[in-house]
Amino acid sequence: MVENKTHAAAAEEFLKDEARTHWHDDTLWHVRTKRDTAAQKLPEWEELRENASQIKDYVLSNLDELLVQFEKNAVANGVEVLWAKDAQEHNDHVYRILQENDVKNLVKSKSILTEECGLNHFLEDKGYDVVDTDLGERIIQFNDQVPSHIVMPAIHLKKKEIGDIFHKHLGTDAGADDPQYLTEAARIHLREKFIKANAAITGVNFGIAETGGFVVCTNEGNADMGTHLADVHIACMGIEKLIPRAADLGVFLRLLARSATGQSITNYTSHFHRPSSGKKLYLILVDNGRTEQLGREDFRNSLKCIRCGACMNTCPIYRRSSGFSYGSTVPGPIGSILSPGMDLKKHSTLPFASTLCGSCTDVCPVKINIHEQLYKWRQVITKEGDAQPAKKWSMKLAGKILGSPAWYNFMGKSARIALKFTPDSLVYAKINAWGKQRNLPEVPKESFKEWYNKNRK
Amino acid sequence: MSSKEQILAAIKKNKPKATVLPALLSYHTEEIDRLIAQFQQASMLNGGKTILIKRIEEIPSYLQVHFDKNLQVVSLVPELHGSLDITTVQDPHDLEAVELAILKGTWAAAENAAIWMPEENLSHRALPFIAQHLAVVIESRHLLRDMHAVYEKIKIDESGYGVFIAGPSKTADIEQSLVIGAHGPRSMTVFLLTA
Repeated sequence: MVENKTHAAAAEEFLKDEARTHWHDDTLWHVRTKRDTAAQKLPEWEELRENASQIKDYVLSNLDELLVQFEKNAVANGVEVLWAKDAQEHNDHVYRILQENDVKNLVKSKSILTEECGLNHFLEDKGYDVVDTDLGERIIQFNDQVPSHIVMPAIHLKKKEIGDIFHKHLGTDAGADDPQYLTEAARIHLREKFIKANAAITGVNFGIAETGGFVVCTNEGNADMGTHLADVHIACMGIEKLIPRAADLGVFLRLLARSATGQSITNYTSHFHRPSSGKKLYLILVDNGRTEQLGREDFRNSLKCIRCGACMNTCPIYRRSSGFSYGSTVPGPIGSILSPGMDLKKHSTLPFASTLCGSCTDVCPVKINIHEQLYKWRQVITKEGDAQPAKKWSMKLAGKILGSPAWYNFMGKSARIALKFTPDSLVYAKINAWGKQRNLPEVPKESFKEWYNKNRK
Repeated sequence: MSSKEQILAAIKKNKPKATVLPALLSYHTEEIDRLIAQFQQASMLNGGKTILIKRIEEIPSYLQVHFDKNLQVVSLVPELHGSLDITTVQDPHDLEAVELAILKGTWAAAENAAIWMPEENLSHRALPFIAQHLAVVIESRHLLRDMHAVYEKIKIDESGYGVFIAGPSKTADIEQSLVIGAHGPRSMTVFLLTA
């Protein structure tokens, strides 16, 4: 587990395997380019982003009224609505529902919220066998891992490794790593689970206040296979997942899949309003720190996130350090502004895991100012004294030098002379964290200012 | 205070100043030929296949060539006959052996080939997922430019359940390699009636 490591220390583990780092980087960049192609096909792309952003602003500023409206309509539809302040209450609700309905077999489709609440382990401790049915999630569940990406949970694994995992758990041929063959094995294994399940747990992509219904998006169809065969459907939803009108779905569905993987839409977009006759539908509305984040003026925008993962795919740090290095349920740039709100001490190094290049903000479909929030978290953390000690004094020194022209000129000249005579062994010494993974550019003879003064005529 | 009251109270205290909801977006439609071409392209990218037909009677001969007629076929399109009468099925688990389900679509978006299928067009919610293959019949005059236009036509809470289906069941969870047939249909054929 990487939980108590700094991001840099955890990333170092991943970077040991250079070939894998490059492969991971290239794979995610490929997804990013697919996103670009899809976005550029729509002349109205920027208008969609602006519209989505404004809708989400409206949602955040009217969240209490919208939730009341949503609940009222959902209850009228025959949905049992439950509220949970935190992860514990959410898990307790799920457990009680399973007990009341005498559920023995349980299937689950992808839900980052249940991951955030630690639902799987909670239920396993109570004796349930929780079967994740998204292929990527099933793979990492077999491998006793958590998702390393919110859209592509097993993106850190190579097919050879997945072949070994399936050989161990599903009895596929040793050494077999053909994706078609492995997917077929998972299909047969999971069909059996779907047929036997009495309850299905899903996440929620969008809740619609106007109709009291909700939408779940998948490519595999696993959420539907689970919910339509089981007698009980439990949908778990963060309170910020609300949209006001049914027609707003048009905007968000056009943005979501294109931003996530470059697809024009997921192959299944399911709208649930009422349970089938004789079946039960539960909806759990979860806070777990969201109302607190809503009160932080500088950071409340992060609640507009629709979990597409575009900021991860584009981030130069995420691509080269992998999701596990973040040690939080949602990794990458958006995770680095959400997670400090949940636990500032534990996640204090995440806002520093960024070059502040702003690419995350550029690709965000709901226009969250991610890189600005990263910068603001750094200020909060440094003020609270949680920055790394080495970083803190060097930043203080840098502040002094950059704040005074005389000091700046003097230090610049000295550095140019000093660096010329500094042996590499010192620049790249262990004590200098900066020297790791980096090469210094050649030292110029003069500063730009000196050059300009000489040449300005 | 109940959890609901606590959550609502916290929101009331912490929420930002009220903003206005933006107007709904809508765009000018395009020529039907262009919509058809866009639909075909999008469907192909989603892993599906579009067959242009002039008359519904062309479908049986196509199915005969492409599907094993000894296996179970369910048709919810009145003009086409299946081998399993869906009205005799009470429990969706009994649909496990269905090889091909033929359904009627309502409205579709050309931009992404998503076809709106309300519950009434499915008979059982599980049918389009549990079947090994899926075919959908839709009229080209029901093709619209984009999702905004489709949401203008449909009422999502008219049925207890409804789904946009845009292609077969697929995954790319193993090294980003596209595999068709993850849990549900291994193929999706759209018959687009252009008469």
